[in-house]
Amino acid sequence: MNIFVLPILGGLLIGSAAVILLALNGRIAGISGIIGGLLPPAQAPDKAWRLAFLLGLIAGPLVAGLLAGQSLIAPPVASMASLLGGGLLVGVGTALGGGCTSGHGVCGMARLSPRSIAATGIFMIAGFLTVFLVQHVL
Amino acid sequence: MNRQMLAGLVAGLLFGAGLGLAGMTNPAVVIGFLDLAGAWNPALAFVMAAAVMVTFIGYRIVLRRAQPLFAARFQLPGPGVIDVPLAAGAALFGMGWGLTGYCPGPAVASLGMPSMGLVGYLGAMLAGMLAVRIWRARPSTSQPGEVRA
Repeated sequence: MNIFVLPILGGLLIGSAAVILLALNGRIAGISGIIGGLLPPAQAPDKAWRLAFLLGLIAGPLVAGLLAGQSLIAPPVASMASLLGGGLLVGVGTALGGGCTSGHGVCGMARLSPRSIAATGIFMIAGFLTVFLVQHVL
Repeated sequence: MNRQMLAGLVAGLLFGAGLGLAGMTNPAVVIGFLDLAGAWNPALAFVMAAAVMVTFIGYRIVLRRAQPLFAARFQLPGPGVIDVPLAAGAALFGMGWGLTGYCPGPAVASLGMPSMGLVGYLGAMLAGMLAVRIWRARPSTSQPGEVRA
């Protein structure tokens, strides 16, 4: 099979999920925003669908893996120190910047939001530079 | 389970299945995509292109309606401004993404195969989000409210 078939299929499913969430619940499918609404202070009043979405998010790769006949989840490759530091950067960064790959990168880009286009350009460049430093310089 | 929860569950399932099939629940694939100077694997660019295309078309169809089916109104962020918190936040996020190969969605979606490293990442991510939320909610300043993508 062409190596781009599954990525394109995956992208179509991700986009469909975003459209369904807007059509039914009127919400943006931004994962960091969905999680953020569950955290204090000022927890969102609509916790139920957020939790249901996250449950589905965990079940999704397991169900797809059963259908595909192979595990789709691979373990982390970074060291524990990188995972802890990287997780902290992702948490602070997405809360400060108001979104991540899904909220800015997919939903915001699709809405042609200037904020999201700027954020996506910046986090892509930061990701490229960080991987270059880690893989080829350090 | 109410209608909004069912909608959330279905959307989450499709989203997670898409991330898994796309290869995003494999952090080595994600780092390979970000490694322009190495054995660059461009496949994930197709994930984003396909997802944005479907969302671009679907949102336009959906937003012709006056309101969503299971809620009173669409909750979309306003245009906002490109400010320092947005730029700094996106830069920090990109660094953490490149260090680990995980952004929030694929990290949560990988919990079906938990490991110490993944749980550590998610715990640190939640702590970071919580810290910003507490800092933003601090009294006696006139910070703008939370803005989401």
